Amino acid sequence: MHIVVCGGIVPDPLQTLEPVATAAGPGLKNELLLPAILDPWAGCALHEAAHLAKQCEGSRVWLVSLGPKAKLQQVMMSLAQKAPFELVALDGPAHGFTDAHETAALLAEAIVSIQGLDRGRLLLFGGWESASRGQGVTLQMVGERLGIADQFQGVDRITLRDDGSFEVMERVEGGRHLVSWCTGPPALLGWATGERAEPRNDPQMGMKNMRTIMPALQKATPVSLAAEGLSYHDVRLPLQQRQTRIVKDMPPAEIALEIFDWIAND
Amino acid sequence: MATAIDSRVQEDVLRTLPGDAVRQMQWRFADRYDLQMLVQAVREVARGPVARLVAGGARQTHEWTPAKNALLEEFDSSGITAAFLDAESGGYLAGPKNLALALIAFELAWVDAGAATASLAGCLALSPIHERGTAEQRAHYMSLCAPASPGEVRKPWRGAFCLTEPLPYAGVDTGMLGGKVSIAEWKDGEEPVLQVEKRGRFITNMGFANFVTAAVDSGDPRIAGSCMVILEDGDPGMFDRGSVTRKLVHQLSSTSDPIFSLCVPASRIVGGYTVKDGRIVPNFNHSDIIEAVFARTRVTVALMTSAKLLSAVEPIIRYQRNRFRGAEQIKAGSVRYEQGLQQREDALHRVVDLWAMGEAGAALGFAAARAFDELDPLEKEKDRLQTEAGVRGARAEAKWLKGVWPAAAESLHRPAAVATANNRDKDVLVRYVLADSVAGVLCPAAKLWNTGTGANAMREALSLMGGYGITEDCPGFLTYKWMDAQLEATYEGPESVQRRNLIVTMTNDLFLAQFGVWMVEMRRIAARRPSTGACIVASAMKLWMWALHHLQNSSDADGTKLYHSARQGVTFRLADALCWLLASRQQILDTMELEEKAAANAGEDLQGTVSFMADLCHVQAARAAGEVGRICAELVYGYNRHPVWDDPEHKGCFLGEELEAWEAYAPGITAYALDVIQADGSHPEKAGPCAQCGENSAFQQLRNRLDLCLTGSQLAKDRAARALATVMIPEAPDYPR
Ligand SMILES: Cc1cc2nc3c(=O)[nH]c(=O)nc-3n(C[C@H](O)[C@H](O)[C@H](O)COP(=O)(O)OP(=O)(O)OC[C@H]3O[C@@H](n4cnc5c(N)ncnc54)[C@H](O)[C@@H]3O)c2cc1C
Repeated sequence: MHIVVCGGIVPDPLQTLEPVATAAGPGLKNELLLPAILDPWAGCALHEAAHLAKQCEGSRVWLVSLGPKAKLQQVMMSLAQKAPFELVALDGPAHGFTDAHETAALLAEAIVSIQGLDRGRLLLFGGWESASRGQGVTLQMVGERLGIADQFQGVDRITLRDDGSFEVMERVEGGRHLVSWCTGPPALLGWATGERAEPRNDPQMGMKNMRTIMPALQKATPVSLAAEGLSYHDVRLPLQQRQTRIVKDMPPAEIALEIFDWIAND
Repeated sequence: MATAIDSRVQEDVLRTLPGDAVRQMQWRFADRYDLQMLVQAVREVARGPVARLVAGGARQTHEWTPAKNALLEEFDSSGITAAFLDAESGGYLAGPKNLALALIAFELAWVDAGAATASLAGCLALSPIHERGTAEQRAHYMSLCAPASPGEVRKPWRGAFCLTEPLPYAGVDTGMLGGKVSIAEWKDGEEPVLQVEKRGRFITNMGFANFVTAAVDSGDPRIAGSCMVILEDGDPGMFDRGSVTRKLVHQLSSTSDPIFSLCVPASRIVGGYTVKDGRIVPNFNHSDIIEAVFARTRVTVALMTSAKLLSAVEPIIRYQRNRFRGAEQIKAGSVRYEQGLQQREDALHRVVDLWAMGEAGAALGFAAARAFDELDPLEKEKDRLQTEAGVRGARAEAKWLKGVWPAAAESLHRPAAVATANNRDKDVLVRYVLADSVAGVLCPAAKLWNTGTGANAMREALSLMGGYGITEDCPGFLTYKWMDAQLEATYEGPESVQRRNLIVTMTNDLFLAQFGVWMVEMRRIAARRPSTGACIVASAMKLWMWALHHLQNSSDADGTKLYHSARQGVTFRLADALCWLLASRQQILDTMELEEKAAANAGEDLQGTVSFMADLCHVQAARAAGEVGRICAELVYGYNRHPVWDDPEHKGCFLGEELEAWEAYAPGITAYALDVIQADGSHPEKAGPCAQCGENSAFQQLRNRLDLCLTGSQLAKDRAARALATVMIPEAPDYPR
């Protein structure tokens, strides 16, 4: 199995995210100074990829990531300890306001040029959306560019079969799941949360990964995103309301009731 | 369109709290991804399982509970346990480990220092074996302590370090040992069997330790002096873990008062022994081993307290900003709503003080850790050369090393020469004696200053949170941290022990020669970057040097020597003063490093962070100068007797009639003279004629200069305070996760 995971980086969600106008269009206040993490959806994809690779001998996992090199490097310090993978780094801007078409084209190009990748055995993984602007379109476009027709989105589970085919469970409306059979790769899976908890850090694995990750970062291809013809008229955060009350030892049923009342009265 | 809250975004204003990239540059591990990964791994444990335990109330009991015990496995699986080990015993970090352990201590103590203690006490137990053990002892115990590799079914061993004994024995005075070792059986041609009797007090990790490295004295004429022995759970006899210490701090570590009465083979003597004239002579006495061990492990303790100070900044800012939100009268958008307590200058200034102190402590602590990383390989080389030269014993070693002192002192004033095959060995020794003299100061200085002044600063931190500050619910666990800091000031040798160390190491000529070079370096930095307050530090260093020299060569009013190890009122306080300087200096050096590296690191605009850090340096330098000036002035003047009005020789004043007679030669003198005793015996209403500085006029000038150097320091504080009022902080605390 050859699994390529597409994953970008996003600011740590605990940070204050405040849209500001910059010379290069909209951006987030102090974005480059904020700690970054791997996009959580892509993170789920990576953990699933590692799990799957462990089941099939001879598998390889690549992580393709487009972002500012220095930030990518910081993220790798923790990510490299979570799962074994090889990094393909593209050095360029990563924020919620890049053009998904351009990003997809660059990612597809990077995937095509991965040495040793057998596209006939390719499972293309990624998040079904991202935690930056949540456009939810990038991965599909990468798949289209690579000519992958079997695409699944909102995936929570993949189960391999002995004959090389697999079963995919996707989220559909109404809290339901759709189960499909796929005869085999190549296929694209845009992951929802999956079923795997985030693995614990393992510095030993990290050290091993770093032997290939550092050189990959060093030779990260610089890319620029022109965003021609793209303009934003209005940028704002989704309205959120936080009402905090600290209560101790409240039974779950009562909590549920209170939330129900609150929703009902809203 | 996107709203730019501050359209006049000032580029050099602190924009966010310093992130990993900044810390990596300041503390010099930007090029060490092994350490960067270690930090991430430790942080996940600290802010996850450790923080959850604390929040869940695990600190309410001093018993060693299963929940606390589960942390040990977290330490194993995250690489914390193995970080101490060398590669051949299952470790994964290459080279010396001091900086690595320092970072572990810092990250864990950011949340809870008891967890840091629990993880590091194992290293403390292994350290005697690591530093002075025989090759077999090292190989055996280090690999027993390595966590199991994947697929392996084995529980790693854990150790405790047992020096402190029930009163009236070993505490600060490590020589007063009650624990005894004697020979139980010694058959001809066989390994002797030892009987060890040892009681411990306040021994960390005792709740679960599989082995103990214990300090004991000879209780048998056939054993020479003291030693450390390794005791194992399962050795014949009594291995009683003892009653749990009812401690109020570091409750995530296990502490008790064990009792051992065990039979062990003599091969358990740490470092081995030789048999001379029918006596067992341990190769190392317990003091030698303890010196070598504590010299390194105390650095990590120092960093535990500094982590607390720095970790307090974010919760305090959040508290201050949110203080009035939710009140009916305070409308969203109003100044009070937005800024809360940060409207008030004092609230901001006190956070600046706290932050500056935390930065200085961290700078000093990490510098000490790096100093040992530099020293460790040199020490190995030195040991090798020493063996080759056939030099044996501490005295002979000291004499042998003194032989390179002149070359070492000279090397400070010439650019590093290229080592050639011929001078390579000498070069190693020169570098060793220089590094050793610095490390010997930095370690006790960091342990003393970071924990002692840090504990005081934590009290201030708490008071900034009002009543919340002294509750269990205080965000950032500040209440616990305040109390924990007091333990950090106490265990592994309380403040008096560090001071005792310092008064010896700080007067080492090689250290003082380097201190002189540092002084010049501070002036150079000041010329480039006046805003760091480097000039203040240089002036204060000069004042301290003067005071030291003066006190070393002076006596008090009764003719008793001033600088003397028994005169702790003089020596200890000079040591205290030195620490302020070392911390401030290192903080400035770290800021210069940050500036340089940040400039090279295009893409991340850290100019604002650099300027802010420079302002903190300036604030801290002024504070340090105040402390140094005060202490030195008290010592330089304070041991002279104040002139009195009824001195038979009327020293320091004039007699009224005398002045009148002089008036004829020096018209107007009467108007200038203040301290005059009139014919009727009356004199100005004060303690006596004013004291004159006399031979200390040079000191007076230096002190004056130092006071003037404070110019601008409070402007820096105002700037830093303004930055605190606007800096972006995360929406919510990131622990417990
Ligand atoms: C939670 C906890 C964990 C610990 N873990 C360990 C452990 O794992 N292993 C271990 O061996 N020990 C451990 N200790 C013991 C600790 O190291 C000692 O408590 C510490 O060294 C001080 O010894 P003491 O309590 O006997 O104080 P004392 O020796 O009584 O000193 C008290 C005070 O007296 C004054 N004083 C004493 N001597 C001098 C002097 N020469 N000059 C000037 N002033 C002096 C100082 O003010 C000093 O602070 C632990 C302690 C605690 C509380």
